[in-house]
Amino acid sequence: MMPMRRSLATLVGVATTLFAAALPAQAQAPAAAPAAAPAASTLDAIRARGTLVCGVSTGLAGFALPDSQGNWRGFDVDYCRALAIAIFNDPTKVRFVPTTAQVRFTALQSGEVDILSRNTTWTLSRDTSLGFDFAGINFFDGQGFMVKRSLNVQNARQLDGATVCVQPGTTTEQNLADWARGARVNIRPVVIERLEDNVAAYNAGRCDAYTTDVSGLAAIRATQQNPNDHVILPDVISKEPLGPLYRHGDQRFGDLVRWLHFGLIGAEEFGITAANAQQMLASDPRPEVQRILGRTGELGRMLGVDNAWMLNVIRGVGNYGEIFERNLTPIGLQRGRNALWTTPGGLQYAPPFR
Amino acid sequence: MSGATDPRLLRKAPPRPLRLSWADERFRNIVWQVLVVGGVVGIIYWLWSNTTYNLEVRRIATGWDFLWREAGLPIGESLIEYDPSMSYFRALQVGVLNTLKVALIGIVLATILGTLLGIARLSKNWMLNKFAAAYVEIVRDLPLLLQLLFWYALLQGLPGPRQALNPIDGVFLSNRGLKLPFFVWESAHSWALLTAVAGVVATVLYRRWARAAQARDGQARAVWPAALAFIIGAPIAVWAAMGAPFTPDVPALRGFNFRGGIDVSPEFFALLLGLTLYTAGFIAEIVRAGIQAVNQGQWEAAEALGLPRGRVMSLIVLPQAMRVIIPPMTSQFLNITKNSSLAVAIGYQDIVSIANTTLNQTGQAIEGIAIIMLVYLTISLSISLFMNWYNKRIALVER
Repeated sequence: MMPMRRSLATLVGVATTLFAAALPAQAQAPAAAPAAAPAASTLDAIRARGTLVCGVSTGLAGFALPDSQGNWRGFDVDYCRALAIAIFNDPTKVRFVPTTAQVRFTALQSGEVDILSRNTTWTLSRDTSLGFDFAGINFFDGQGFMVKRSLNVQNARQLDGATVCVQPGTTTEQNLADWARGARVNIRPVVIERLEDNVAAYNAGRCDAYTTDVSGLAAIRATQQNPNDHVILPDVISKEPLGPLYRHGDQRFGDLVRWLHFGLIGAEEFGITAANAQQMLASDPRPEVQRILGRTGELGRMLGVDNAWMLNVIRGVGNYGEIFERNLTPIGLQRGRNALWTTPGGLQYAPPFR
Repeated sequence: MSGATDPRLLRKAPPRPLRLSWADERFRNIVWQVLVVGGVVGIIYWLWSNTTYNLEVRRIATGWDFLWREAGLPIGESLIEYDPSMSYFRALQVGVLNTLKVALIGIVLATILGTLLGIARLSKNWMLNKFAAAYVEIVRDLPLLLQLLFWYALLQGLPGPRQALNPIDGVFLSNRGLKLPFFVWESAHSWALLTAVAGVVATVLYRRWARAAQARDGQARAVWPAALAFIIGAPIAVWAAMGAPFTPDVPALRGFNFRGGIDVSPEFFALLLGLTLYTAGFIAEIVRAGIQAVNQGQWEAAEALGLPRGRVMSLIVLPQAMRVIIPPMTSQFLNITKNSSLAVAIGYQDIVSIANTTLNQTGQAIEGIAIIMLVYLTISLSISLFMNWYNKRIALVER
């Protein structure tokens, strides 16, 4: 009995000693590594890994939704593909991580995803206390309501006493409360986390109205069995500037995402399309076009990627207008405020490329 | 044999001085304990410092100040007064109360249903016996989340508010939930309720006195007239003395929804139904096992005394079965409480749902998760403490 106990005690002892000895080394190494991580470079981490990890929504037609072959399609998805092309010159080197409205921020904060391209509204608190930076606004949106046509509701104020389906953890949820208070309208919320379950509750009649960004309403309406049975009310109760976001502190990665967006806008402005990009590189005399496409200048290298980055991106996914038309026009969204600044009412604008 | 132990054997060996040598077992033990505690403290310190450092580098807000900020989030059902202009702290309170509400009602209902099913499984009635067996097998073998979604989908299949089912006057059943008539609650009702609670205490005390008195003079005293007077009579007297206010509040369809009365939301009902039916399956097995653990001889002895079967069960068998039943029952009560967090899936705003939204709006995930852990830990430990106390109380005193 005694030798047995002693050997067991020794075993435990040796293990503990080893562990204790390893501890100081461990305690220093990881403490030092993350110190560098956020500031150092998301870009280096992506390169070392060989893929970009992109947080998208769990399924919103036009923005991010897997097609029948299981390939992700949509506006937000194309931004991720464009970024993968800019970094790797390969649109397949991106892994899409579907995130619900509630887990998206934790996913980005913890480094589970490199970037969120997920119709997320730019707000002051998200920019500061959540530890993010927004790379720009790639979609100007606003919050609205969708109701069944049979309810005969003409505007949002008539929704007094109604039950409204809304996703938790969104600006939508808070806007709904703010608006109801301001307009003295009595609203009863039903909050279900997953978008699909939430829409199912609306369809089952659990809610009288569904509220989210107008673009989201259009997407949901487009995927309804009979879209004409639903109306999107004319009232828009908030501003929802949507855009990609990354972790605060990594300015180099931020610059790349921001200028990728501007590059897509600029390309549309100069008429560079997926079809004619190669040809314009060879023959277009405008210096700014040559700089965007990387024939002259060092713009790509300044951002830490290949100088032909924009050429590859545009050949891969097209310019901003092409991305919009491919994904959002089919679900019934107009360019509206998302037209170029050169069109009346358009807000999309890119600083100069030089 | 006993009492004749040599007193020298009872004396302890004199304490040996501690030698700072590996050969001394006590010395070795102390070294290992210091190393293990040091290791654990080291890991905790490392996790803590690493976390705070990284939060700071990433400019993520920390601390508890957010609790007092305006929440701005709408909540569908609440036991206390709440509107979105109140603080996150208040919103979290609403969440805790919603969790407690579904957990407590679930525990009571699951215990009653489970006990009945457990007894039914031992019944000699073939139908009853097989029904209970089939129920237990089906309910235990399907994931709870699936059952919750099933009940919620089923409740959504009810007609809309304008075509609501109206089985009794003033009672409406629709996909917006169950609406029941009530009356306008006034202070007189609160006082009456308080009197009723005091009445229960008085009844218990009276019963104890009656038992003691019976032990003294052998005269049986009925408890029920006192109970009736204390629990029913006194509150009515209080209510009447305060002017007997009564204004009926009957639900009526106005606009989109019913107004007035009290309502049971489909989210709450689906969750309660799912939790109750699921856990009752496990409780049924625990009760069955407990009853079967009681020696057959107890039955035979009780029957030999001429007691009818029902009374044998309630007076002889169940009290003994309780010893076996209570410890695993505690686990089931804890399970109900923790499983209520699945509420998120069907939109019942419990503490997990509200804390999740809070951490999402404020970005303070660590604080949010800490709150959820603290709440469940507190509830679970309270249930455990109560059940352990109860277990001790009913434990068979053996001599």
